[in-house]
Amino acid sequence: MTLQEYKDIFHNGVWKQNTGIVQLLGMCPLLAVSSTVVNGVSLGLATAVVMALSGAAVAPIRSYVPNEIRIPVFILIIAVLVTVVQYLMNAYMYGLYVVLGIFIPLIVTNCIVLARVEAFASKNTALPSALDGFAMGLGLTAVLAVLGAMRELVGKGTLFSGIDLALGDAAKDLVLHVIPNYKGFLIAILPPGAFIGLGCLIAGKNWLNLRAQQKARSKPAATSIAGTEVAQG
Amino acid sequence: MKRIARSTLQTAINLVFFAVLGTAILASTFFMTHDAIVKSEEGEKLKLIMQIVPPELFDNDIIQDKLNIPANEQLGTEDVTVAYRARLKGEPSAVVLESVAPDGYSGKIALILAVRANGELAGVRVVAHKETPGLGDYIELPKSPWIKGFDGKSLEVYKDADWKVKKDGGQFDHMAGATITPRAVVKAVHKALIYFGENRDKLFAPSEAKKEKQS
Repeated sequence: MTLQEYKDIFHNGVWKQNTGIVQLLGMCPLLAVSSTVVNGVSLGLATAVVMALSGAAVAPIRSYVPNEIRIPVFILIIAVLVTVVQYLMNAYMYGLYVVLGIFIPLIVTNCIVLARVEAFASKNTALPSALDGFAMGLGLTAVLAVLGAMRELVGKGTLFSGIDLALGDAAKDLVLHVIPNYKGFLIAILPPGAFIGLGCLIAGKNWLNLRAQQKARSKPAATSIAGTEVAQG
Repeated sequence: MKRIARSTLQTAINLVFFAVLGTAILASTFFMTHDAIVKSEEGEKLKLIMQIVPPELFDNDIIQDKLNIPANEQLGTEDVTVAYRARLKGEPSAVVLESVAPDGYSGKIALILAVRANGELAGVRVVAHKETPGLGDYIELPKSPWIKGFDGKSLEVYKDADWKVKKDGGQFDHMAGATITPRAVVKAVHKALIYFGENRDKLFAPSEAKKEKQS
């Protein structure tokens, strides 16, 4: 594989086929844990690690697994990896483990993980598969971070609250009180806030896409005006 | 026919192989992280206990001095819970109990409370709840000091009729618009104190592990 192909895989995962705002897969954790930046990023990174590992694990064994039982075997591998991540978080990041709670084991059921294993890792070698999984996970993390920041800022007037759960007590000073003496805006913290925020993000992404399309269209338009007019009509 | 049987067998062996491999990885991770998990869980529990039991009250290993309490109506528990006993120079000084308020605004409110040997509350904390954020969640310490209103209270300080929120003629504050939540907490704490009064000697009996050592 060439460097350009790796770049494409990365760009595809993080931006073009972003799980959160383009493919709209894995909504359950996306909406449930995006109430703060720290929660969102933590679960996003946990998912990215699981996706990278499962890509790397499935790719080398893909030719040994009979087609009929590939889904159970893939799910088995993903479940093992998620449980390993869960044990490690329980042991070394206990506070965060308690906050994320049920959503760590639920990474298994996040359809995006199986989707990438099935669509990509079962057809490619280990390194691109790992990269694909990780890039997809990073894309999800980015959406969770932005959504978490929006909800936290509007809902509580802070940023990075609870960071001490992830980085230890010493990080407590990193919490930003952006709006002092903020009374809070409840709906942003509650589930409806997640839906409204996600809607805004999807709208923003579509707007950027449209703008990029129009730019691309206006360039060749100079040479073949007639053709574009037909297309627009 | 033979070919079908063979391919079925191969598929089955394949699946078994991955199941065994997965189990082996999980088992080894479990044993590798087990000690660290127990340690961090105990550390977290100790942090919580230290919030409600002042350090000058005990010199024993409070996490190890535990007593299993069967499900109890007065405590609102539906399962076995663990009580931790604080002792100073061998004398019982306080006990940490778990209690559940079943009638919160949106479900159960899990509490942990420390009662001194003389029946006085050393502290109460909410461990888990589903009350409305921004409205009923002032029972959490980071949100409001309300829960500290229980410190130093006992069945002697307040008579039975006082263990209510002020709206119901009792002694405990509440915030307008969110009375159900504090009402549930006050009721649960009151019942837990009654439980303590009735079972005081049982609660402070030496733990079974110690008994075994002595015998």
